[in-house]
Amino acid sequence: MSPRISIPLGPGRLFDGSPPPVLDPAGPYAGSITLLSWVLFAIAALVLAVVGTALWIAFFGKARTRQRLGGTMVVWAGGIVFPVVVLTALLVWGLSLTASLSAGKGDVADLRVRVTGEMWWWRVAYLDPRGDVIAWDANELHVPAGRTVLVELESGDVIHSFWVPRLSGKVDMIPGRRNFVKIQADRPGVYSGQCAEYCGGPHALMGFVVVAHEPAEFSRLLAHMAAVSREPKGGIAAEGQRLFDSAGCSACHRIAGTGANGLAGPDLTFVGRRRTLGAGILPNNRGTMMGWIGDSQAIKPGNRMPAYRVLSADHLQSLAAYLEQQK
Amino acid sequence: MLALLIGAPACEQPPQRQHFMAHASAERGRAIIARVGCASCHSIPGIDWPQGRLGPPLDEFATRTLIAGRVPNRAGELSAFVQNAPAIVPGTGMPAMPLTAEESRDVAAYLYTLRAR
Repeated sequence: MSPRISIPLGPGRLFDGSPPPVLDPAGPYAGSITLLSWVLFAIAALVLAVVGTALWIAFFGKARTRQRLGGTMVVWAGGIVFPVVVLTALLVWGLSLTASLSAGKGDVADLRVRVTGEMWWWRVAYLDPRGDVIAWDANELHVPAGRTVLVELESGDVIHSFWVPRLSGKVDMIPGRRNFVKIQADRPGVYSGQCAEYCGGPHALMGFVVVAHEPAEFSRLLAHMAAVSREPKGGIAAEGQRLFDSAGCSACHRIAGTGANGLAGPDLTFVGRRRTLGAGILPNNRGTMMGWIGDSQAIKPGNRMPAYRVLSADHLQSLAAYLEQQK
Repeated sequence: MLALLIGAPACEQPPQRQHFMAHASAERGRAIIARVGCASCHSIPGIDWPQGRLGPPLDEFATRTLIAGRVPNRAGELSAFVQNAPAIVPGTGMPAMPLTAEESRDVAAYLYTLRAR
């Protein structure tokens, strides 16, 4: 069991594995990176020990030993041959170990998705084999456990980096380019991610969630998501839907199957299903939903959603109730 | 005379026992507050992030007389309020939160550690 190293980010523990532990792989792609990391750490520690010992001898050793240490042979062997051999071997081994990580357009995968980095959230699209979008979502990606998922990485604005430490390495999202990364979770579970390239103000609050399901369960979920969203039910939610349009939410947010068709902000068609709000940073419940809508600037300063000071607590309740139904 | 001597300390009960709650843990309460996201709306001493502004700040909450300006600030009322605020104070802006009865007691216990330094 390798030690868990947690990254201390703003948000606290939303669920097990958040913030994401590194060097604790949950699938084959993260596994090879972790092995490589440990081997590199071990060799670095060994080299440090040898250099430290040599340094100690140079200062405090017996005259004869010091003389030997300063000989031409030692300089050639320790200064040139050893680094060349070790580094070359490591390079070859490391590249072959991580060869499976390189991903490209033509790769065969069990599922293809596109994740687009936005300031400061993630646009998610599930793709069919032809590359057409089946369903839109945001900030949370559902995948089948034990299957390889090919993720197309794009950016809508600046450079971001997609990193779900337990499932794969980090790959940059570069404007005008499409990069690829393969991820796989061996077992069902929730795996958190994080933008790994500074992208402006609330970069540290740009989290991501991957949920791995049993393959059969995932197929049902994807089929459900592909179906058109249902109309809301119940009185309070109908009020929420009216507010969603009149308060201007629909100018930036889309809810499939309704008139709300804004594309500037995260798609809310399945917001009621998400584990988190605000891009992987808050738990998703009535209170946090109201808090986010009412004054997200106090929570994630600089994000592009304004504080809605015109909405009453009743309005916030209705909107939250409406959004909870979007599953 | 003896009775006076024994009785005297009772009048000088340390203030932190004012809201004593059996079996509730302030430490657990703080973890629960962080997990359910109370701080999305309230700035709460001991919770670094977020520090929401939609609801009132909870500094020195232990010394307040009323909850939501309406009901007495006592352990029973507060535990019930943090779990299902609209049931205790109809019309409040605070929604019901996903807490068990036990968790809400822990949350209340934490709020009762908030007093002037």
